[in-house]
Amino acid sequence: MQHYSGFGLLKHGLSYHENWQRAWRNPEPKARYDIVIVGGGGHGLATAYYLAKVHGITNVAVVEKGWLGGGNTARNTTIVRSNYLWDEAAWLYEHAMKLWEGLSQDLNYNVMFSQRGVMNLGHTLQDMRDIQRRVNANRLNGVDGEVLDVRRIQEIVPLMDCSRNTRYPVLGASWQPRGGVARHDAVAWGYARGADAHGVDLLQQTEVTGIRVSGGRVQGVETTRGFIAADSVGVVAAGNSSVIAKMAGLRLPLESHPLQALVSEPMKPVLDTVVMSNHVHGYISQSDKGDLVIGAGIDGYNGYGQRGSYTTIEHTLQAIVELFPSFSRVRMNRQWGGIVDTCPDACPIISATSVGGLFFNCGWGTGGFKATPGSGHVFAATLAAGKAHLLAAPFSIDRFISGKLIDEHGAAGVAH
Amino acid sequence: MLLIYCPYCEEYREEEEFRPKGEAHIARPQNPEETPDEVWGDYLFFRKNPRGVHHEQWLHAAGCRKYFNVTRHTVSYEILETYKAGQHPASDRAPGVGTGGAK
Repeated sequence: MQHYSGFGLLKHGLSYHENWQRAWRNPEPKARYDIVIVGGGGHGLATAYYLAKVHGITNVAVVEKGWLGGGNTARNTTIVRSNYLWDEAAWLYEHAMKLWEGLSQDLNYNVMFSQRGVMNLGHTLQDMRDIQRRVNANRLNGVDGEVLDVRRIQEIVPLMDCSRNTRYPVLGASWQPRGGVARHDAVAWGYARGADAHGVDLLQQTEVTGIRVSGGRVQGVETTRGFIAADSVGVVAAGNSSVIAKMAGLRLPLESHPLQALVSEPMKPVLDTVVMSNHVHGYISQSDKGDLVIGAGIDGYNGYGQRGSYTTIEHTLQAIVELFPSFSRVRMNRQWGGIVDTCPDACPIISATSVGGLFFNCGWGTGGFKATPGSGHVFAATLAAGKAHLLAAPFSIDRFISGKLIDEHGAAGVAH
Repeated sequence: MLLIYCPYCEEYREEEEFRPKGEAHIARPQNPEETPDEVWGDYLFFRKNPRGVHHEQWLHAAGCRKYFNVTRHTVSYEILETYKAGQHPASDRAPGVGTGGAK
């Protein structure tokens, strides 16, 4: 792998940047791999990368029906935070946060991780009680956080309407200074390049059409480019997880929903942090390019169409304009939908299944991007050992039978 | 924006009047006390979540406040039929056939 550096930039400048090495190969599928990952998004690529780097398992393929990072990795609002309420969730997301903090160096790829802080607003007395409880829980778990009053909020975000003259006045907020945003495409590309350099085969435009199971054990995957045998299969297919599960005769506690987001035209810097409100229901940040990046809740109906209803984004923008009246004249540039796999307790499933050698990493719902490094790291450990990593164990699919749910709905300021 | 035919109001109304309420025709186990955890967990949480034709419940929240069923395609979002609670779908018939389909 060609090392990226300032010197390299200078050197390639002399040859007009025409001799850069391709970031990854485009190999033909082999007949057999130790591990096949289904899904070439951020989580799948991170899994492959850590399998090779941490566990030394390099006979791995990532099978992707489209192109790398073309699903929800390319469709989210890039927010990274770890201020979850419950211990199990806080540990998992904080594990991811710590990996984020060294990721650009680790991958030798600038993922543009910017710890500009994440603010979760409270608009009611109950919101503020929940925020205080969550910040206290976070600090006990070693996750940074503080409770802000309105004066401090106004100092950090001068543009926001913090007056009493709104329908839902801002009463306070939780503040995680280590939270922020990262460049979504770069995360996928950085992991892809790193995995490829370790010998992982990235098989794009290869759609899984079946899972071959024999004697209660997975044998491999049927694809549009033929059968690929594997000792273990890890499915990281986000919104299409239920479809893949059905191929192996399994059911999952998931529903796939469209989640929409939109960006404005680029503008001069006006917002240097991430603002989220669960109550008026919207979240917003400004990208390095200058676009306002805006998102909110899912469309309530099941859908795989990668688009949603207009009313949903209309509600989103009502919330944003309520908080930032000056944005009412900003023109929106693009709008899109991704398909998120929501779980009943708003926490992921990282789990073995009743089929031997078949593992699922899914159910991240509306909040998967922030967990990309942690998700890949613990799922790689789970696949390598054949049993759950310590941080992944509470996220077993068995919790939907035992009832030991990790109920993060609303509790973590998660906007659903 | 979906236009949904409410089988009680017998009119097409805009999606904003309605709330989707998830998969339809899930039978509650008859004897909860004697139901094994696997079956109860499956009833509570596990869903078909198909990529294709889906039978689902909708509530006419800003209308008659009644629950009814919709058969809808989850990729095209086309509504194939709507029918009252307690009725069975005429499904899985061909798109466009049925009562109260997309206008």
